[in-house]
Amino acid sequence: MFYRESGQFKSSYAADSAIFTIAQDRVFIAALLALSFVAIPGLASDYLLSGILIPFLILSLAALGLNILTGYAGQLSLGSAAFMAVGAFATYNFMVRLPGMPLLVALFLGGLCAALVGVAFGLPSLRIKGFYLAVATLAAQFFIEWVFTKFGWFSNNSSSGVISAPAMQIFGYPIDTPASKYLLTLSIVAFMALAAKNMARASIGRAWMAVRDMDVAAEVIGIPMLRTKLLAFAISSFYCGVAGALYAFVLLGTVDAQAFDLHRSFQILFMIIIGGVGSILGSFLGAAFIVLLPIGLNLIGQVFHGAISTQFLANLEMMLFGGLIIFFLIVEPHGLARLWQITKEKLRVWPFPH
Amino acid sequence: MKQTIIAASLVLATIAGSALAADQFIPIPSYRVGPYASGGAKFYGGMIDYLNYVNMKEGGVGGVKLTYEECETEYKNDRGVECYERLKAKNGGASAFNFMSTGITYAVMDRADKDKIPLMTMGFGRADAQDGSAFKYTFPLITSYWSQATAKIQFIGQRLGGMDKLRGKKIVNLYHGSAYGKETIPVLDAMAKKHGFELKHIEVPAPGTEQQSQWLDIRRERPDFVVLRSWGVMTPAALKSAQKVGYPREQIVSNWWGGSEEDAIAAGEAAKGYIAGSFALDGKQFPVIQDIEKVVYGAGKGNLSDKGFIGTVNYNRGVVSGILMVEAIRAAQKKYGAKTLTGDQIRWGMENINIDAKRQQALGVTDMFPQVRTSCQNHEGSGYTRFMQWDGKDWKPVSGWIKADTSVTLPLIKASVEKYVQEKGITLRDCNAEK
Repeated sequence: MFYRESGQFKSSYAADSAIFTIAQDRVFIAALLALSFVAIPGLASDYLLSGILIPFLILSLAALGLNILTGYAGQLSLGSAAFMAVGAFATYNFMVRLPGMPLLVALFLGGLCAALVGVAFGLPSLRIKGFYLAVATLAAQFFIEWVFTKFGWFSNNSSSGVISAPAMQIFGYPIDTPASKYLLTLSIVAFMALAAKNMARASIGRAWMAVRDMDVAAEVIGIPMLRTKLLAFAISSFYCGVAGALYAFVLLGTVDAQAFDLHRSFQILFMIIIGGVGSILGSFLGAAFIVLLPIGLNLIGQVFHGAISTQFLANLEMMLFGGLIIFFLIVEPHGLARLWQITKEKLRVWPFPH
Repeated sequence: MKQTIIAASLVLATIAGSALAADQFIPIPSYRVGPYASGGAKFYGGMIDYLNYVNMKEGGVGGVKLTYEECETEYKNDRGVECYERLKAKNGGASAFNFMSTGITYAVMDRADKDKIPLMTMGFGRADAQDGSAFKYTFPLITSYWSQATAKIQFIGQRLGGMDKLRGKKIVNLYHGSAYGKETIPVLDAMAKKHGFELKHIEVPAPGTEQQSQWLDIRRERPDFVVLRSWGVMTPAALKSAQKVGYPREQIVSNWWGGSEEDAIAAGEAAKGYIAGSFALDGKQFPVIQDIEKVVYGAGKGNLSDKGFIGTVNYNRGVVSGILMVEAIRAAQKKYGAKTLTGDQIRWGMENINIDAKRQQALGVTDMFPQVRTSCQNHEGSGYTRFMQWDGKDWKPVSGWIKADTSVTLPLIKASVEKYVQEKGITLRDCNAEK
């Protein structure tokens, strides 16, 4: 009913290889983009923008990065937060040490630094896989956190090791209101999500998936292992690095290495597991679930303010959160993205399934 | 005629009603789950209890009722920012935030500046924020980390029998491998230079559960004192490791985040004799604590789930935080009138807190925390630290209130502020011009 495809014919190669082949999808995405680019910045409150949407978008980007590595290329990583930290600290140093450095260039260079570090820690992936690789990336997590705490140079010798973001502007336009920060984040995330979607559909994405599904077979059909795997690490770390820089500059305005600890890596891993491994949409759904659900539960809990002890309420939130994660994993182990796909298929034939 | 009178009285009644309904909103960004929940629940419990106590006892501040709303931060920076954004404009605007977390405070400092809402950073960083001309909306009330670090060395001097006895002595600074842990290194270095003792910094990687090799190092070094800068699980782990290598706990001096019941009890027998700093003494001997128990808990309105926690270190700290908040509101009301005040007006109040001996007596807090007098320039207001020793069951004071060595802290603050001002590109306030 809603997804009736009858009458929609593909008559050219371009139409066949479009991202959204169904008209309904195109309309939906256009409406979503219009809503998020035009309506939300104008109408939403400061709280919705900087309390909910910006963290959601930034963590979606980090999840997207991990999804490229783990979901598409099949390389399990527990170091996403470390690569975020590299991006954040590198961007900070570019901005502080090179006055006049444009923000977007600094973000890009920060991402590149993260990519380089990612490649370095991705080298073991050429020899080891699975859980063993996860442990090797765990080393990145601990090593990088230690480096940023140990060497004061990275935080400009601040006595507490906490970096605080200098004022930001793009082409002379200051980024200091929640709406402008939101638009900056949204533009970057939308652009990078589009790039990720296209990479996943292009030859590089197919090479990743071939490696993921069986690396020996992939090698036999002529996919260069070194290039493919390291490219996955580089691009994934680039995404995480940009996300980390945005997290530090746009969301918090300050950051220390401890903000990117192992918990953050796990949080991002949970996002892609719940959202859907190997799915662009899944990264966003997973981030929404992990970021928004605790806040939602806390807001609902405030309704009972005074009636129930706050201590109990806070713990109840955690229990509900954990319970819901288990529920979703049992009901749909392939993540929320798969759930959405099933809904779409059902809607195609609704209301006459037979 | 009659109708006019009724109408007029109705109008008056509504005006009076709305005046009575005026209230002052205090956001409570608490953490009751997560790794620091045990301290957070007591601290914010104490703070909420004091606000309720003022409401029940005096009907609010100057007739303005205090309202509050909680938001769970889990001690995480991103959740803290979310809570800040959620609560800052609610119910007529937030008075002041006390996050009890250095990370969250750093993250919201720029926002608070822009929104003109003061941040209370009582007993934690950043230390240089006591310079109110650069940090207009940040208040490290009572004592900052740097003031405390100088007090620690002075306390060690007292123990040795005079500051001149420090010369040639050896002190180890055992610190948590985090931004927090490293914050006092420059101050301790300056103190070592001034008093001529040998200082060795030893890092414990976060979270600090593993300290075997560090304590073996300490045993080899044979320092006269160990200055502990610990947090969470690091404290009991340090005490147990010290016991293992046979280092006397009487020579370990920690800062106040290692000085609560949770820290000492977890180490069991190993904690006996251990010394920690404090900016708010524990115990129920203070009239204000006794009165809260009678008034608030007597009416069944207490916030703690277990009454037994009343009078613990973290609970008392929460009460002190509530007292300072209320005193700031009182001061601001004197200038702006008894009505709902904005964050910027509360900021003025915080810069004009004056809790002298007489006021302490009236509040029932004599000796619970030092006298506090803030100004536009001085956002710390005191700089005194007191030291307590764990006797196996309770914390017992072992010193008077020790004043920070400002000859050491002030130049460091000045240098740090200069760097901050340059990095941020801000202009300093002129405190002499403001009244």
